[in-house]
Amino acid sequence: MTAVLYDAPGPRARRRNMLLGVVGVVLLLAVAGFVVYRFVVTGQFDPDVWQWILYRNIQLLLLDALFNTLRAFVVAAVLALLFGAVLAAGRLSDHRWVSGPATAVVEFFRAVPLLILIFILYFGLSRGLGVNVSAFTALVLGLTLYNGSVLAEVFRAGVASLPRGQSEAAYALGMRKTQVMTNVLLPQALRAMLPTIVSQLVVVLKDSALGFLILYPELLYQARFLGSQGQLGSPILPVAMVIAAIYITMCLLLSQCANYLERRTRRTRRVDPAAPFDDTAVEMEQIRAATP
Amino acid sequence: MNVLLDNLDLYASAFIGTVELFLVAAVGSIIGGLLLAAMRVSPVPVLRVFGAGYVNIVRNTPLTLVFFFFAFAYPRLEIADLSFFARACLALIVYTSAFVCEVVRSGVNTVPVGQAEASRALGFTFGQTLGTIVLPQALRSVVPPLTSVQIALLKNTTIAAGFSVFEAGGIYQNLSERGYNVLVGLLWVAVGFLILVVPLTLLQRNLERRWSVAR
Repeated sequence: MTAVLYDAPGPRARRRNMLLGVVGVVLLLAVAGFVVYRFVVTGQFDPDVWQWILYRNIQLLLLDALFNTLRAFVVAAVLALLFGAVLAAGRLSDHRWVSGPATAVVEFFRAVPLLILIFILYFGLSRGLGVNVSAFTALVLGLTLYNGSVLAEVFRAGVASLPRGQSEAAYALGMRKTQVMTNVLLPQALRAMLPTIVSQLVVVLKDSALGFLILYPELLYQARFLGSQGQLGSPILPVAMVIAAIYITMCLLLSQCANYLERRTRRTRRVDPAAPFDDTAVEMEQIRAATP
Repeated sequence: MNVLLDNLDLYASAFIGTVELFLVAAVGSIIGGLLLAAMRVSPVPVLRVFGAGYVNIVRNTPLTLVFFFFAFAYPRLEIADLSFFARACLALIVYTSAFVCEVVRSGVNTVPVGQAEASRALGFTFGQTLGTIVLPQALRSVVPPLTSVQIALLKNTTIAAGFSVFEAGGIYQNLSERGYNVLVGLLWVAVGFLILVVPLTLLQRNLERRWSVAR
């Protein structure tokens, strides 16, 4: 096997790689061993700090927290997709007075940190204007505004990555602007962008954990609550480990979904040479969407 | 306007806190990301697997959870007593390194294999191949997305405010105590971030436009 950085290894390189591998494994094991050692020494694996996991009430509490997390995620995801579609339509409009404000909205919500947005909606509106906004509403609205703006850019990049001939041919056939968009451009753009859209949904799921900071009773909030219960032995590390496992599993599953979709679009594209996509635009957008 | 002018000291020190956090975490995450990327492109399978595993897991972990670990769980391990600031930096570095690694790795992979093969055929050593052929080309496709990752890092520093680090995300609490309008105060924080983020975004787009390689 040859890669950019190195040739197929000969006997000496193989020996050196072997040595590097052994040193690397020893170093990594040493670090991991030290962390596990600290866990054991500070009693994080003692049975009594894990007792809570057997209590039915706590299981229900965590299940309820999981439900709250998922509820915020699903509502925010649906709203973000809708908001993104509306904004993308605005950005792609030929009228300046529509595309200008849409661009400004997208740029604003992408530049302001999501947490500040959530704070504005939660603390700002209630303490500043006296409008009472629940933590759920503030979290969902914040997630919608931010991710909707990112998704709008994804949709737009998807449409822009299509070859010009597609829309030219559609116009030549006498289609109207709306027809060109809905019948020709959007179906292709959505197919190309589906993996990126799903990756963005992973971001929505991850960012729903920000609800913890405005005391929305989601997984981390309950983890903090359980972790500070003295009669359970203040099991903050064990609880955090369980919560981390839940979060990471959910996000990994969704990411796997995105990976599968990406492989599938790649495969069909190779079979069908009649649909030349501008790959670089799609890939750049995927890298951008993969950033937090 | 009063909210901003009356509390200029508060805003100034909070945003300095943000920038400090950002600078430390940016340097740390670039070093960490380069190390991880070196692992991921190395000829040693164990290191490649570790790098891939780390990136996969960390990219699918909410940053708030990483902060949660460092803020509440880390002190329980009694390893070393670190300040909130240091732990916030660690959390940001652990998280952002994974994204930096991905950007660097995909940047190195955009260099066609033929480039390195040609340089090896000319008798260049590994160091020469890396330094004069691969990295200069990879840099062009790494720097623009790396800028986006760092912009995201700058915005993510606000989460530290939720874990007792004094920085821009926490201004509203002090304003609330001083009896000022929180909504106006938070809007000024948003403006502050616009001032920090927009130039970086423009730089990133400029780099992307000028440095995109026609292959």
